Amino acid sequence: MTDAVGILAFGGYVPRMRLQRSAVYANIGWFAPGLKGLAKGERAASNWDEDAITMAVEAARDCLGERDRADIARVVLASTTLPNADRLNAGVVKEALNLDDEVAAADAAGSLRAGTSALMASLEAAGSSDGPILCLAAERRKAAPGSESEMLHGDAAAAFLVGRGNVVARYLGGASITADFVDHFRETGRDFDYFWETRWIRDEGYSKLVVKALKRALEKTGIAADKVAHLVLPFVERGVSDGLAKKVGVAAESLADSLSANVGSAGVAHPGLLLAHRLEKAKPGDIAVVAGFGQGCDVLVFEVTDAILQREVSPSQGVSAWIARRKEETNYFKFLFFRDLVGLDTGARAEFDQKTMLTALYRDRKAVLGLVGGRCTKTGTVQFPKTEISVNPNDHAIRTQEDYPFAERKARVMTYTADSLTFTPDPPQYYGMIEFEGGGRMMAEIVDCDAADVAVGAPLRMVFRIKARDDKRGFTKYFWKAVPTA
Amino acid sequence: MAKGIKDKVAILGMGCAKFGERWNDSPDTLMVEAYEECLADAGIETSQIDAAWLAVAFDAVNVGPSGIPLSMALRLNDIGVTKVENYCASGTDALRGAVYAVASGAADIALAMGCEKLKDTGYGGLPVRTRGTSFDMIGIVGSAPGSFAQLASAYTAAHGVDAGDLKRAMAHVSVKSHANGVKNPKAHLRKAIDMDTVLNAPMIAEPLGLFDCCGVSDGAACAIVTTPEIAKALGKKDIVTVKALQISSSNGWELQGAGWDGSYFQTTRVAAAKAYEEAGITNPREQVSLMEVHDCFSITELVTMEDLHISRPGTAVRDVMDGFFDADGKIPCQIDGGLKCFGHPIGASGLRMVYENYLQLLGRAGERQRQDNPVFGLSHNLGGMPNQNVSAVAIVGLEGA
Repeated sequence: MTDAVGILAFGGYVPRMRLQRSAVYANIGWFAPGLKGLAKGERAASNWDEDAITMAVEAARDCLGERDRADIARVVLASTTLPNADRLNAGVVKEALNLDDEVAAADAAGSLRAGTSALMASLEAAGSSDGPILCLAAERRKAAPGSESEMLHGDAAAAFLVGRGNVVARYLGGASITADFVDHFRETGRDFDYFWETRWIRDEGYSKLVVKALKRALEKTGIAADKVAHLVLPFVERGVSDGLAKKVGVAAESLADSLSANVGSAGVAHPGLLLAHRLEKAKPGDIAVVAGFGQGCDVLVFEVTDAILQREVSPSQGVSAWIARRKEETNYFKFLFFRDLVGLDTGARAEFDQKTMLTALYRDRKAVLGLVGGRCTKTGTVQFPKTEISVNPNDHAIRTQEDYPFAERKARVMTYTADSLTFTPDPPQYYGMIEFEGGGRMMAEIVDCDAADVAVGAPLRMVFRIKARDDKRGFTKYFWKAVPTA
Repeated sequence: MAKGIKDKVAILGMGCAKFGERWNDSPDTLMVEAYEECLADAGIETSQIDAAWLAVAFDAVNVGPSGIPLSMALRLNDIGVTKVENYCASGTDALRGAVYAVASGAADIALAMGCEKLKDTGYGGLPVRTRGTSFDMIGIVGSAPGSFAQLASAYTAAHGVDAGDLKRAMAHVSVKSHANGVKNPKAHLRKAIDMDTVLNAPMIAEPLGLFDCCGVSDGAACAIVTTPEIAKALGKKDIVTVKALQISSSNGWELQGAGWDGSYFQTTRVAAAKAYEEAGITNPREQVSLMEVHDCFSITELVTMEDLHISRPGTAVRDVMDGFFDADGKIPCQIDGGLKCFGHPIGASGLRMVYENYLQLLGRAGERQRQDNPVFGLSHNLGGMPNQNVSAVAIVGLEGA
């Protein structure tokens, strides 16, 4: 079994904010009364400081847990909402995960199928790869206010570590179909998708292309449709997936939850998110089939192995845990503002020039993007950031520090405030001194929190987020923040 | 320890501009206003000044770089002018430069000027500014109230003080300073306030409400210093000398090390202990006559009472509520109204504090004059934020004290 190629680990991420669809309708129903039928449940919405990169980092951390990252050979990030057109987005993820510089990285994009295509390519490459491939998909979807998409979309990320060895799901093979079937499109530089008629998409797209790819993949892998235990279809429109399962001959109970009620369609990340969610309950021997759709269809077939029983995951890990960690949001206006869909007067304090000195960012990238501090090899004192001379008052040892990563260390609130004066898109800004378990401290922004979560001594975990945007030059500053975990 | 500068330097004269929203006045106007008073008090001419120090913190929205703006504004006699920027402690640091120059014998007469024009920014509060290339990538700019508000959360946790009791003591700090400011014609805010006003004010950075924060204003203050001998030769009879001048800068222990709990200022504790030793003060609670401290926020003043070794740790709330620091208390604090009523034109504040102590020692403080013949006036000037700061303590007193 050690030569088997497949999924070694999986995980996901769903942002905490859950926009109530009824709140959207309450604000926009006067204009778009047709949305009434969709005005139930909730959709995941990223915070103002999250994007495809930061969500991919969270999903990767969720996937990797406490696993050693040294053997990872490649990072792939798939998304149609990558923040950078020409700056390797997967490269930022690599820095945030504090991976060795000797790692390959690539972005994948182009259609909502990019996630499954990247996963398929990674699995096919894994057999001859030096080490496992971290295959990520993340999406921060942008839809026009008042559109159906705004109701149906969600933000999320999925992560798979694929390679050879003790895989939890063996890759049996797959099939791909490519056809320029344009159900929707978005030109480079445009904000929103343009859609064609739903009935045509269902009848000519889903029913023909997806069914054909599913049948072809099952045929190639020699799996009978009625043996499929988990069918993962990324469609959130009512009835679509049931119809497809029936057409292919897969039992209705084998169909994975589309998460349409509580997350929404996370685009490129959606097939992976649903698969990672479904695999949490999978048993050895189960056959799992996942499809991605976009100008054709990818279908991947897996067989769950005994290793699924040996997974060591904490209660806060996994797609289900992220779904359970939720904060209802009924402020539609806030949602729009966080996505730059409505402009507010941000005041003179927001005029501060956020220019990044790229030389300094490169020089300090381990500290800034990786939250790597220093540990004095002489005294053991740990600190952030690393400095030439140790902060230890009893031994200011010079140039004795080795890398000491803080990102995965738990922390606690030492001092805090809720600042209503400083500019932040989500006032008041919570920040304070935090102390890490095992030593080290820093001043940190505290996000994804309510007033009651922030108190001296409250437990925290670190998260990779957008620190600020340089709107003048179009550059995003990333750094680490703290999130209450209680 | 070094022998220090006790009684080596005398204050020959001081001046202070009227602080406030001086919409139609430039830094030049403010500096000249303070300088005219100072020069007349010193009884000398500009040509007698050998060296000068200019304290300015936000030069980008103010006078611009270098010491030249002071040299130009006062038409100094081609002497050396050093620009000092050390956060909000810049004013006291400029005085230190002048005092050290005289103490060393390098200059007979030296000038320290502090000036800040903050009301040319278009918005309230302090200007938002960079803190350096590396810091801007990993630090939090936040706001000044946000930085200092954290003291309250840590103080509450450290001493088991009820947050409501602390909030009321903080309010008393502000009420007391406003009562004092009413009597000071040079103060910016001259209106008495009551506890309810403070407690019910809009929140700026929890738990600091609007009246827990000092004002933002334009202002300038200056001092001319010389040796006691030259002062006497120039005809001065009552001589006020510098007893101690100590500055302590964080080395990163609070921000990056282990042990500091966020509820106090390590630097103030160090600077105060050194200053008392330099001044020969062994029991500050009994010997200090009056204090001007850096009350940028009410909570800062409250914890500073402990850091200056006046109140024991954890007891400042009680001392404050007992009126120990009121104008008629044992050691009045901010008898001129403090930053609370003067506002905080950064570079000027440290010198403004010394100005009040100087007036009080000489019995020239008018309506607010302390009647118990003050001997030692302490000023405390703080820059930065609780986790990374520079604290300056200056003690002035009557010659022979």
